[in-house]
Amino acid sequence: MQTPIHTPVKVSLGHIPSPTPDHTLRRAVRRAARALTYRLWTGLAAGAMALCLTACQKPPQDWKLTDVSGHMPDLQFSLTSDTGAPITEAAFKGDITLVFFGYTHCPDVCPETMARLSQVIQQLGPKADHVRIAFISVDPHRDTPAMLHAYVRAFDPQHAQGMTGSDQAIAALARRYRVAYELGKPGPDGNYEVDHSAAIYIFDGQSHIRLMATDNDSAEVLVHDLRLLIADAA
Amino acid sequence: MKLHTLLATTLICSAGLLGLGLAPAARAAGETAANATTHAADTLSISNGWVRWLPNGLPQAGYLTLTNNGDQPVDLLGASSPDFGDVMLHQSIGSGSTMRMVMVDKLTIPAHGKVDISPGGYHLMLMTATHPVAPGGTVQMVLKFSNGKTLTTALPVRSAGGQ
Repeated sequence: MQTPIHTPVKVSLGHIPSPTPDHTLRRAVRRAARALTYRLWTGLAAGAMALCLTACQKPPQDWKLTDVSGHMPDLQFSLTSDTGAPITEAAFKGDITLVFFGYTHCPDVCPETMARLSQVIQQLGPKADHVRIAFISVDPHRDTPAMLHAYVRAFDPQHAQGMTGSDQAIAALARRYRVAYELGKPGPDGNYEVDHSAAIYIFDGQSHIRLMATDNDSAEVLVHDLRLLIADAA
Repeated sequence: MKLHTLLATTLICSAGLLGLGLAPAARAAGETAANATTHAADTLSISNGWVRWLPNGLPQAGYLTLTNNGDQPVDLLGASSPDFGDVMLHQSIGSGSTMRMVMVDKLTIPAHGKVDISPGGYHLMLMTATHPVAPGGTVQMVLKFSNGKTLTTALPVRSAGGQ
C-alpha cells in the first residue's frame, strides 16, 4: 500500500543516440531527480498517513485477555442450531459472541466453562443484552440439537445457543480457528471422551475476532474485557 | 505461611502425643464414619462437597475437599454411590491448549494437608444415575481410603451453573 521510497527510478537510456548530447542527458537526470522527489514525497505522505491512522485511533485498550484482532478469520459457519434449524454467523451479527468448542458428555471442563460464561453474563447485567454464548459441539454424533438445547438452557436460557453439524462442517470450523479435538476410544459402556481445546474465542458485532480467553481466565477478567469491548462498540 | 504450618504441625504433634492412649479406641469407633463432614476423632474429613447437575442424564461431576489431619499420608482408593451406577476419579489435564481427562487410580492426601477435588482439576465422574437427580437434592458418596477407612458423605446437588 505504502510506496516504497527506495524504489529505483528507471531512467531509460536505451533510445538516447550515441554520442549522447549533453542537454539530453541533463534533461534525463532532471526528470529522474523530479521523479525521485515525487516518489519521496508520496512515500513520506503515505508513511505519515499510516502513522496517523495508528496514532490518531483510540488509545490501545487495557485488555486482560489476549488481543488476537486480525490474527484469525472472521466468524463464519454453516451449522445446525439447537432447535434443529440451519444457522450461520448472520444470527450473531450485532452481538459480541463468545464461542466455545465442547461436548455435553464432558463432566468437568465444559460445564465449568459454561458456568463461568453464564456468571459473566449475570455480572454484565443489562450490558449483556448484546452478548451471546455459542457452544459448538465437537461431538456431533451424541450432541443432537435436542441434547444441546437442554444443555445450553441449563446454563443460560437467554444468551446461549448450542450448535452442531456434520463431521466435515465441525472439522472445517475447528481448523479455521485452530481448535484441536480428538475423539477417544469408547469404553465397555460405549462412553468416550473428547480431548479438546478449552479456549473461548470472542468476536465483535461485525464478526471480527478480537480476544481469546483460556480456562485460566476468571469471570472477572472476562467481564472487564467485555465491558471494554461493549464500550468500544457503542 | 511456613511458620503457620510449622506451628500447626507442632500443635497437632503435641496433641497426638497427649492423645496416644485414646487412639486405638478412636480408630475402632471411626472405622466407618457416616456423614462425615467433621469428625474430631478421625484424621480424615470431607468438606465443600457438591455435585453439578446436568440435564439429559449426562455424566456429572462431584467435588469435595479432603483434609488429612494425621501424621501419615493417606490415599483415596475408590469412590462409589448408591445414586449412580459408576463413579470414577478423573483429572482434567491441560496440555498446551487442549484439555483431556485421565483416570486416577489413587489420590494421596499428604499428612497434615488437603486435596481439592474441584472444577478444572480432579473430579468424581458420576455416570448412570440410578434415579433422577435434581438440583436441591443430594448424592450419597462413599470414599475408600488406604488406611482402611470408609467415609460416607451427602453432597448437595447444585444447578448446572454451580449455584
